[in-house]
Amino acid sequence: MADMTTDIVIDVEKLTKRFGSFTAVDAISFQVHRGEIFGFLGANGAGKTTAMKMLIGISTPTSGRAMVAGYDVLKESERIKENIGYMSQKFSLYEDLSVRENIQFYGGIYGLRKSELAEKSEALIQKLGLQSEANVLVKSLPLGWRQKLSFSIAVLHEPKIVFLDEPTGGVDPITRRQFWDMIYDAAHRGITVFVTTHYMDEAEYCNRVSIMVDGRIDALDSPGALKAQFDAESMNDVFQALARKATRSAD
Amino acid sequence: MSAIVVNHISKSYGAGVKALDDITLDVQQGELFGLIGPDGAGKTTLFRILTTVLLADSGLATVDGYEVVKDYKAIRQRVGYMPGRFSLYQDLTVEENLNFFAKVFHTTIEKNYDLVKDIYVQLEPFRTRRAGKLSGGMKQKLALCCALIHKPSVLFLDEPTTGVDPVSRREFWEMLKRLKAQNISILVSTPYMDEASLCDRIAFIQNGKILSIDSPEHITGNFREPLIAVRCSNMYAALLELREAEFCQSCFAFGDAHHVRLASDKWTEKDVVRYLEQRGHTNIRAERIKAGIEDTFMSLSTDLLVTTDHDTEGHHG
Repeated sequence: MADMTTDIVIDVEKLTKRFGSFTAVDAISFQVHRGEIFGFLGANGAGKTTAMKMLIGISTPTSGRAMVAGYDVLKESERIKENIGYMSQKFSLYEDLSVRENIQFYGGIYGLRKSELAEKSEALIQKLGLQSEANVLVKSLPLGWRQKLSFSIAVLHEPKIVFLDEPTGGVDPITRRQFWDMIYDAAHRGITVFVTTHYMDEAEYCNRVSIMVDGRIDALDSPGALKAQFDAESMNDVFQALARKATRSAD
Repeated sequence: MSAIVVNHISKSYGAGVKALDDITLDVQQGELFGLIGPDGAGKTTLFRILTTVLLADSGLATVDGYEVVKDYKAIRQRVGYMPGRFSLYQDLTVEENLNFFAKVFHTTIEKNYDLVKDIYVQLEPFRTRRAGKLSGGMKQKLALCCALIHKPSVLFLDEPTTGVDPVSRREFWEMLKRLKAQNISILVSTPYMDEASLCDRIAFIQNGKILSIDSPEHITGNFREPLIAVRCSNMYAALLELREAEFCQSCFAFGDAHHVRLASDKWTEKDVVRYLEQRGHTNIRAERIKAGIEDTFMSLSTDLLVTTDHDTEGHHG
């Protein structure tokens, strides 16, 4: 059941996922607050993607519990999907649909009414400056624009939380920052942002950051506090110090 | 002799899409040369032309002294190529992939073992695993191993670290340094600006054009305007407000600080502090800093957009 009395939008307790004898996610616990930008970091293979899949309701935990947007990932995964947005670098948009078609397709899936959708899609095309590309197939857009469009679509239905899996990989430095402007803007509107990234400068833009090592969360705090704790100059140094402790190889 | 010579190479796809627009550069023997630019800049097109799998529309290029069109067979024998997209056999094991590539080049793993040893020992625990089942970092190591198995004189690495975590990225660059020490010439592309500083020389590339070629130190030395790093208590509000300031040429977030590029020398960090104070900011720290690679790339690419890219202006506001 939805619990609207607190501002905690993600509440995870000892969440665990095993594949046979391998523990991909090892009893992680944390909370994320409404409107927070939460950075979910870790080396390749540390268990980030597996954890995220459980949070968005597409993978069943082996044990532990998690409430996302007020719903239980085990029993109410369909309700979770209505209340979140999701984008990743690997899958975001239909390449063979145009910009406008993608907006309308996803808007429909997210349950927007037709009149609302027509209005919102025009507003979005304006905002992104894609007027002359509105009928162009998404595959012919540069990656950076595609990612900005993809993010905008993921928050079109004003979800409580948006999950971003390496949204800026390979994107040029300027577009990467424009992308983060959009993240800030969404957080400002009260949308909680849960984001993974391999760019350590982006970790600095998060309110709080968790770092996964071998399936566990080995550090969780604001970037400032983490740097102080590890006596480090940058989040990159913090990350290197933690991730080098990993015993699990990149598999 | 140069390891790679690129002379006025252009390539278009279909009507109007200029992937490469009159590119000229050279890579010296034993040099670690970085091609730095965003997705869509034309990096992969250049790699494909140099590895003889794509024909340029115009211009000339040689690799190890051989001409890419006429001598393509000779080039294929002496270069290693790691494409951006994982292109090993997913259903073959680690060992089978390596043996396959060794055989194609009429050699064996044992023959050039010293060259691949550092990387191979990390792969060895997964010898019997199918390549498709490896993690990103391990796939990348296997791909590098396969590209090296015939002891190439020139190595082409197309975005080898995209999507790879910071620890594995650092390890990868340490491997490149060791290869360079063995006199292998390397052309590597990356969207990560921090990796640029690890190259001997770099070329910034965007929209099919080269913005600048030089050593990392010289490139950042060309940053003309004063650059100020700013920290204060409300960073997001400050970012938006600084962009409106008269002294501000551009302002971007850089980790825990904002970098403000001043419009001219007549402004200083004091103007920045005063401006933020007037708007109620506290804990303000502003100091003049030396521009890094990323600052320089961003300033070069915005200048280029302003002067040449009118038709796409709307997207960069």
